[in-house]
Amino acid sequence: MPEEIERGMAPIQQLRSRFSGLGMALLLALSATACGDDHPQSTILPKSDFAEIIHSLYVDIFWWTMVILVVVWVGIAYILVRFRARKGDAKPRQIRGHLGLEIAWTIGPALIVIAIVIPTIQAVFATQRPVSDDAMLVEVTGHRFWWEFHYPEEGVTTANELRLPVDRPVSLRLGSSDVIHSFWVPQLGGKRDVNPTVAVREGQEPSYNWLHFTPLETGVYMGQCAEFCGEAHALMGIRVVVEPQADFDAWVGRWQAGPGQAGPESVAADTPGPSGGEVRLAAQKEGETAEEQVTLGRDIFLNQSTCVACHAVNGTSAEGRVGPDLSLLGTRTTLGAGLLENTPENLVRWIQDPQGIKPGAEMPGTEYALAVPRAGGTIYGWPATGLTDQQVHAVAAYLSSLQ
Amino acid sequence: MAHAIAAADDHHRTWTGVSNWKLGFWTFIASECLFFGTLISTYMVYKGRAVVGPYPEDIFNILLTTTSTTILLFSSLAMVLALDAVNRARKGLAIFWLGMVMLMGLAFIGIELYEYMHFIHEGLTVTSSTFGSSYYVVTGTHKLHVLVGVIWMGTLAWLIHKDRIPPEKSEQVEVAGLYWHFVDVIWIVIFTLVYLIS
Amino acid sequence: MSSIASVQPSAHHHDASHGEETGVWSWITTVDHKRIAVMYFVTATLFFLMGGAEALLMRIQLVGPERDFLSPEVYNQLFTMHGTTMVFLVAMPMAVAFFNFVVPLQIGARDVAFPRLNAFSYWVFLFGGLYMNSSFLFGAAPNASWVGYSTLTSATYSPGLNVDFWFIGLSILGIASIAGGVNFITTIVNMRAPGMTLMRMPLFTWMTFVTSFLLITAIPVIAVALIFLGFDRVFATTFFNPAAGGDPVLWQHLFWLFGHPEVYILVLPAFGVISDVIPTFSRKPLFGYPIVVYAGVLIGFIGWGVWSHHMFTVGLGPIADAFFVAATMIIAIPTGVKIFNWMATMWGGSLRFTTAMLFSLGLLVVFTVGGLSGIMHASAPVNLQQHDSYFVVAHFHYVIVGGAMMGLWAGLYYWFPKVSGRFMSETLGKWHFWTTMIGFNLTFFPMHFAGLLGMPRRIFTYSAQLNVEVYNQLSTVGAFIFGISGLIMVWNLVKSWRSGAVAPADPWGAPHLEWSIPSPPHHYNFPRIPTIRSREPLWDEDERREIEALTLTEPHEEPVMPNPSYWPLLLAAAITLAWGLVMTGVWWIIVLGLLPVTFCVFKWAFEPAFPEGH
Repeated sequence: MPEEIERGMAPIQQLRSRFSGLGMALLLALSATACGDDHPQSTILPKSDFAEIIHSLYVDIFWWTMVILVVVWVGIAYILVRFRARKGDAKPRQIRGHLGLEIAWTIGPALIVIAIVIPTIQAVFATQRPVSDDAMLVEVTGHRFWWEFHYPEEGVTTANELRLPVDRPVSLRLGSSDVIHSFWVPQLGGKRDVNPTVAVREGQEPSYNWLHFTPLETGVYMGQCAEFCGEAHALMGIRVVVEPQADFDAWVGRWQAGPGQAGPESVAADTPGPSGGEVRLAAQKEGETAEEQVTLGRDIFLNQSTCVACHAVNGTSAEGRVGPDLSLLGTRTTLGAGLLENTPENLVRWIQDPQGIKPGAEMPGTEYALAVPRAGGTIYGWPATGLTDQQVHAVAAYLSSLQ
Repeated sequence: MAHAIAAADDHHRTWTGVSNWKLGFWTFIASECLFFGTLISTYMVYKGRAVVGPYPEDIFNILLTTTSTTILLFSSLAMVLALDAVNRARKGLAIFWLGMVMLMGLAFIGIELYEYMHFIHEGLTVTSSTFGSSYYVVTGTHKLHVLVGVIWMGTLAWLIHKDRIPPEKSEQVEVAGLYWHFVDVIWIVIFTLVYLIS
Repeated sequence: MSSIASVQPSAHHHDASHGEETGVWSWITTVDHKRIAVMYFVTATLFFLMGGAEALLMRIQLVGPERDFLSPEVYNQLFTMHGTTMVFLVAMPMAVAFFNFVVPLQIGARDVAFPRLNAFSYWVFLFGGLYMNSSFLFGAAPNASWVGYSTLTSATYSPGLNVDFWFIGLSILGIASIAGGVNFITTIVNMRAPGMTLMRMPLFTWMTFVTSFLLITAIPVIAVALIFLGFDRVFATTFFNPAAGGDPVLWQHLFWLFGHPEVYILVLPAFGVISDVIPTFSRKPLFGYPIVVYAGVLIGFIGWGVWSHHMFTVGLGPIADAFFVAATMIIAIPTGVKIFNWMATMWGGSLRFTTAMLFSLGLLVVFTVGGLSGIMHASAPVNLQQHDSYFVVAHFHYVIVGGAMMGLWAGLYYWFPKVSGRFMSETLGKWHFWTTMIGFNLTFFPMHFAGLLGMPRRIFTYSAQLNVEVYNQLSTVGAFIFGISGLIMVWNLVKSWRSGAVAPADPWGAPHLEWSIPSPPHHYNFPRIPTIRSREPLWDEDERREIEALTLTEPHEEPVMPNPSYWPLLLAAAITLAWGLVMTGVWWIIVLGLLPVTFCVFKWAFEPAFPEGH
């Protein structure tokens, strides 16, 4: 049997070695000009070991199926031309079957199937075990409609933007607080469903799904929820920032330092964040300094609004765990789970009217309340925040300052 | 090869000799098997996974359920005797045995409902745990089948009383019997898997 | 119908009895399998237009990134109803339309085994479909996708009526399917003409047989799942409630345990159609008849062991994944064997490219693509990238439109002359075919690329950064061409029904029994039941003469046909009402709703099925 497989494989592998470059070019040409920047969510531009295993398997199967497709299509085309009815055709020979042929076209496909199944099963086992024992652990929690990322060893919690050091194995533990989601960042590997945690009897461990991979290149990778989860399912994006270990450590350090405590100083610091300048501009319009604006916003956020009922900022009294952690919001590239670019203007819009931007988002606006269902059937009513425009601007300035 | 098959015996029978009505009913029973199979499988999948009690071992009263099971088993015997009476045109006897089938069916339902009351009293409800949900839905669906059977038997008894089921139409009773035996067999499966193996 | 009756007046002069009555009442009370077939087909076609319109609205929304033509809520309702409609209200009932019309004629029977049950199936299907679609009137169409994954469908996360309409509607439709399955199994097992052995049955009848088994076995599984869902929603049971230990993944197992056989319920009838059409227009018997039969049976069997390939992302563990990879790949083999046998049937033949033949060839060409992309994501690791992406959307449209619908359209052009006594227009037919091929491929082929580039399915919009706009534009253009093809088909149907060229008894030179009787057939089908001696009885000159001596004459006496009845309709209405009352959530109202059902069952049972004295 292995010999037959090898014989079956030989031509196809020749074909592959000769044409794999051409084949990929063909695929990519068909997918327009596909480089990573153009297609940040592509499944055929792998950037992790997991994604690479899948991709090479896919390319193999792709060529096998092409062989079958060509055989069938060329066969049909030939038959249609060769055997079309002509005037005065005699009654064709009434052939009812041929045992040899039947056996041949059962065995042929069977061999191809074996050639596909064996590497597939190898890949199944290879991709479902931890890449290494010292992998970094991240607990991923799917919420309608955003992602929570908790690094238990580092004690860090963040949302929607997962930061990972390059070349370090990572194990994602997946759980959901409500419905089924699916974690999918194609360039870093396949998706895995994020299931609600099923309650178990005391003393038993609940089970979780896992994803294991090692990111191989720095960059920002896009992904999104891949299991329909309700109204804003389409807008439940993921960003994965893969960065050098040092940058990652620095980010963890800033989180652990408690960015919320620093207050205005963090803006005054020399590192020009993506939005620091604009914050100042916005503030100047109000006739206040940026520092005053941020201080004001901090006070509103912590003491004069309902924000902290859901949101947390490390190092402050804000410890809400219902919504995304905002500790380093200023460092994130997007708002609303990949929906908006993270600018103060967008942040203001978001705080005022999250429903208008992302229908289904479970966050009240300045002028409307919201009823949110929770597991077990409880419905939570969140009142409108009632913040004035000026207050919203101040809060936005404060949150942008958290870097 | 194909030719050989085509040249097979021309006088091959093209029907089963079983009436459409009976054959169709067998087919329906096949469908019902999958129906109960899925229900019982769900119960088995959730077995031992209930998060809160009461658990099966806390509340099952095997003696009581054995009694109801025995009654249901004997009702099948009554069913056979009823069919036999119809075939022999013994009108009164047929009605008597059908009455017995109904009585035993109702007794079964009654004992099972008593068991429900007891379980509910112990805190096991459809909403209390996966054990509660699957237990009540599996056994409840079965009870509903028994109830339909009882109504069917009642109708047949009435028809016999009105002289509308002579021996040559006994198939009407036979098919009802098929149904009754099937419901019986399903209960044996439920009794074994749900009550005995816990 | 009057126009049809005028086609062959000579064949109908003695039909003053009930069987050939015209008018609305005669259709409402009909138990004639041929009329029920027509009603099935017309209803399914109307639902097809509706599902198509839903698709076009979605394509308008998706023509560019971040558009707001439709709100997410409306989009979610549309895609849910599109899927549910196309599977349960179009592809399945359209196949059943053909079962109804063709099977009794192919096996030499005067009707199906249970004519009233057959009418009942139709009315249940109609009312179930109307019930589900009435949700649009309340602005509460189902919105949790056609697979309705728990816990999204729970009362917590879907508090409105939307999911109620869905689970109740589907459970109503399931009744029609089980009744249909029972009916056709009994008909095929028990009502074949003398000499019509199993291995002489036309392939379409064979595939109906296999499909019927899948119906009676697969539908109960989804029925149980729907009962669990209903209990969870209405009575707060815990089947799928994780907080109480319920496992949402159980829903997926039950759904796909039904759902994969369902795929074969959709495609096997189409395979049956083209297994009859291709030999006819090749003037050659089906190559490897027993192999094609066994392959179909094998597909039906293995179809039960592959459901978890819909669940590779669920996290079942590598052992389960490996098992289902292997089982799924194995099912590709009999499917491939079928395709090779169809090709071999054409090899050496004399091919006539009628519209029916073109659609059969269309199936071969297009379905192959769907089968091969299926092999790609049958590989579990690859599946992790393609699952729930537009790649899969492309795949199953290639399978269900390319596999099921193409075959059913082939059947439409093939059997329409038998139904109506008139040909369908070949010119319009060819327009229909080519616009279908172009529109279909333009719609769905680019979706492969959108999916490979990371576009997930079931999203009301996508980010411009994904850079998949061009594929979506192509899809939208294709969808409208495909939409036009549907209109051409409807136009062709209407026009040909009224004024198509008159067709003889055997317009195609076809081999099977249905072509031995007049077009359209008598209401009793066969004046006298012929005896069959071979697999292609009409292709043997002697046998044909013998058969036609019985089938093209007047009967000695009018065959006794079943009485018309309105109880099937009333029972179907009562069931729809009773099931609908589940929405109230009040147990005694639900129980009261069962009273009319019981009443109708008794009226039906005590109504004589045949005229007095028979």
